[in-house]
Amino acid sequence: MKTALALPLILFALPAAAQDHSGHAGHEGHAEEPAKAPAPFKLPDMTGAPQMDHSAHQVGDLPSGPPPAEAFEGPQHAADAIFGAEAMAAARAENHATHGEMTTGTVMVERLEARVADGHDAFLWDVQGWYGGDIDKFVFKSEGEGEFGGSVEDAELQALWGHAIGPFFDLQAGLRLDVEPETRSHLVLGVQGLAPYMWHVDAAAFLSDRGDITARVEGEYDWKLTQRLILQPRAELELSAQDIPEREIGAGLTKLETGLRLRYEFAREFAPYVGVGYEAKLGETADIARLAGEDTDGIALLLGLRAWF
Amino acid sequence: MTSSPLITRRNLIRSTVGLAAASAVPLPAWAMGQSLTHARQGFGEVSGERIALTVDSHHFGVGGRSGHAVAVNGTVPGPLVRLREGQNVRIDVTNRLAEDTSIHWHGLLLPFQFDGVPGVSFPGIKPGETFTYEFPIRQNGTYWWHSHSGLQEQEGHYGPLIIESATPDPRYDRDYVVLLSEFTPVHPHEIARKLKVGEHYYNYQMQTATEGDMSLEERLMWGRMRMNPRDISDVTGATYTFLVNGHGPMDGLEYLFTPGERIRLRVINGSAMTFFNIRIPGVPMTVIAADGKDVEEFEVDEFQIGTAETYDVIVTPPDGSHALVAEAMDRSGMGVASLTSHKGHRAAPPPLREPVTLTMADMGMGSMEGGEGGHGGHGGHGGHGGMDHGSGDAMAGMDHGSMDHSMRDTSKLPDNVKVGPGLDMVAPMPVDRMDFPGLGLDGVDHRVLRYTDLKAKRPNPHRMPTRSLEIHLTGNMERYMWSFDGKKFSAVTDDPIRFAYDERVRVKLVNDTMMAHPIHLHGHFFELVNGAGMMNQPLKHTVIVQPGGTATFDVTANEPGDWAFHCHLLYHMHAGMMQTVTVRPFPKAGEGA
Repeated sequence: MKTALALPLILFALPAAAQDHSGHAGHEGHAEEPAKAPAPFKLPDMTGAPQMDHSAHQVGDLPSGPPPAEAFEGPQHAADAIFGAEAMAAARAENHATHGEMTTGTVMVERLEARVADGHDAFLWDVQGWYGGDIDKFVFKSEGEGEFGGSVEDAELQALWGHAIGPFFDLQAGLRLDVEPETRSHLVLGVQGLAPYMWHVDAAAFLSDRGDITARVEGEYDWKLTQRLILQPRAELELSAQDIPEREIGAGLTKLETGLRLRYEFAREFAPYVGVGYEAKLGETADIARLAGEDTDGIALLLGLRAWF
Repeated sequence: MTSSPLITRRNLIRSTVGLAAASAVPLPAWAMGQSLTHARQGFGEVSGERIALTVDSHHFGVGGRSGHAVAVNGTVPGPLVRLREGQNVRIDVTNRLAEDTSIHWHGLLLPFQFDGVPGVSFPGIKPGETFTYEFPIRQNGTYWWHSHSGLQEQEGHYGPLIIESATPDPRYDRDYVVLLSEFTPVHPHEIARKLKVGEHYYNYQMQTATEGDMSLEERLMWGRMRMNPRDISDVTGATYTFLVNGHGPMDGLEYLFTPGERIRLRVINGSAMTFFNIRIPGVPMTVIAADGKDVEEFEVDEFQIGTAETYDVIVTPPDGSHALVAEAMDRSGMGVASLTSHKGHRAAPPPLREPVTLTMADMGMGSMEGGEGGHGGHGGHGGHGGMDHGSGDAMAGMDHGSMDHSMRDTSKLPDNVKVGPGLDMVAPMPVDRMDFPGLGLDGVDHRVLRYTDLKAKRPNPHRMPTRSLEIHLTGNMERYMWSFDGKKFSAVTDDPIRFAYDERVRVKLVNDTMMAHPIHLHGHFFELVNGAGMMNQPLKHTVIVQPGGTATFDVTANEPGDWAFHCHLLYHMHAGMMQTVTVRPFPKAGEGA
């Protein structure tokens, strides 16, 4: 897989992802679907199976309606009469809670890396974590980078509510706080999940406290070379709806970041990697950089660690 | 042969303390600052009218792995409970853990309040308490018992249960228990977390650039569906040591015999998460019972046993040492013992076979057995003429372009199935797969057990079902959510599956996932609708529903009360794949059972 292919794939995957869950909201309770009779029950037809006794075939179609009225008689919970309603109510609550209501969480250091390029060596972190149940989660994200021996140039924190909107995607909404280059807060709305072809996709739009709208789409794919050696193409694209002069950003596509990382999973939770990354400012943002005499793109050697617990 | 000293009846008969005297139970050792004792491997035997079992925390080590264990009477597995058909039994279970516990007698017919499921049949057994189970023994055969609290079953809280027939059984000369299970040093709650958090955390047999023989086109198709064709077992030999009677493959467990003897092997799958392929290379096995109930005898060379199932087989091995192999279904490891006529001679087990890859049939694309192995379009239906087409024709979508849509066509589902994030697939054309020998065993060149081979030895009463019920097995591998009809147990609080007392219902289980699920109904035996004819449908308490397929059973609901109904893969049940079945009303005194 060439990294150049990654971007169109992500862009292709996004509408697919959106389509994937667009209909689900309406499915809750089948609001949009006409009521239909249950599928008729059919016996397995074992023609061809030897030595069959065909008496079972004379059952025909059985009614599939509700149980007979007497099935609703008697106590709601039979054990209450023997062990006491209170003790059983507590046990039932516990029983239900331990069969489906598990809350858990993880902290995943997606990228903790040194970026070696001619002239300026940088470091970068990209951390995510969540805690919650199957449907609703608290999600935390942090990204940032800086120069070795220098200061942190970019740093942001996100606190989001994640809500499952389909089998593979969560809707995420919440706040983002930039610490560097200057303090700025944003509202966040995005989706994150697994797109067709096993691309992990994270797409979000941001509305800043100054009214600026920006967006970011990233995707990565884990290509298993062996059970533990994994090659990961990754791409990230940033967009802006307007010029943001103080950040030297022009409207349109603003930045592309691609990478190819080769990691070795000593354990699932501990995988050092080497890689190569290419970054480029795009469109008007690149023009602004050129006018300022800055580089618009560059390649870096990556050394890092992917870890989680 | 490594074995535990037998526990005699004499030291079992002791004054048992009732609930009222709970405070008389001494504090467990660990609570007084003492270190945990090591649980012994293997088990003793308890029998008689009064039995005492004590649940306690221990260490356990096997195969170079050691960790925490919950042991009963100090052993993993716990003691063999040997009973006799027609007796009454009183079993006092004392809990020395810091958490609630319970014992479920798997496959036993008994009053529901002694079935041992906290929150369904009773409140559970609190720390320090003793709970007394008391019931008549109305059956015979091979069963087992295990905790139904939390994830204790994974930690060693299980054991074998044998009920001798009221009449002598001349079919065998020697009688052995083969109890299969797993041990992991990892706490089960941590395993549950890793399954929720890490994708395929324990699976080191995935298709990679250097492994697997799928074509690029097929890999792309699976990738588009966001499904893993090597998703056979959720928890694997990466963390499990597979055990036979508590002994790992390197422990050299021996079953001794004298040439010419007929040996009854009572094979019990007491694992949390593992289906096993059982074979004794070179020694054919005669199947005499399934789930404790006698079947018409037939001979096989291998059989797959799902979690919680039991099979009894008779073997007459020739002189020598023979490997008894319990290979994990995903081929990530095996349990091994030697069946030997020479004490101390270990048999060399065969190597693990190649990992198993799912096929189109496992996606619910109709039956592909004997077809093209799941490639391209769909081949012959393996002799199934009557396919459940539901609505519409999924075959129109068989060109891979529209596979995504046909793999989750929720319009095919009955109205009561809740569609949501917990459901990642709808089998497009599920067919009855009762004739499927199990994942990985459809291509072997020897005789393998299929459900269609099973015929009840004694005829059942001839009664036609009066109602049909369809239950969908639903899940989402990526989120590790599992449920019945799209609803987790935590979401169906007061909406049980209801049967009228003595009602006969035909239940069709439709597997809308790509995993095989062993589904267990407590308190009853149901009859597999496997073509054996209404009088000879085999009785079972647990049925495997193959991936993307259906399995149908007839059940006469003649045991009043509240019963658990769940997938017996422990972490699937923990994730919500459980329901309550109610049987009402209770018959008035003097009528019915």
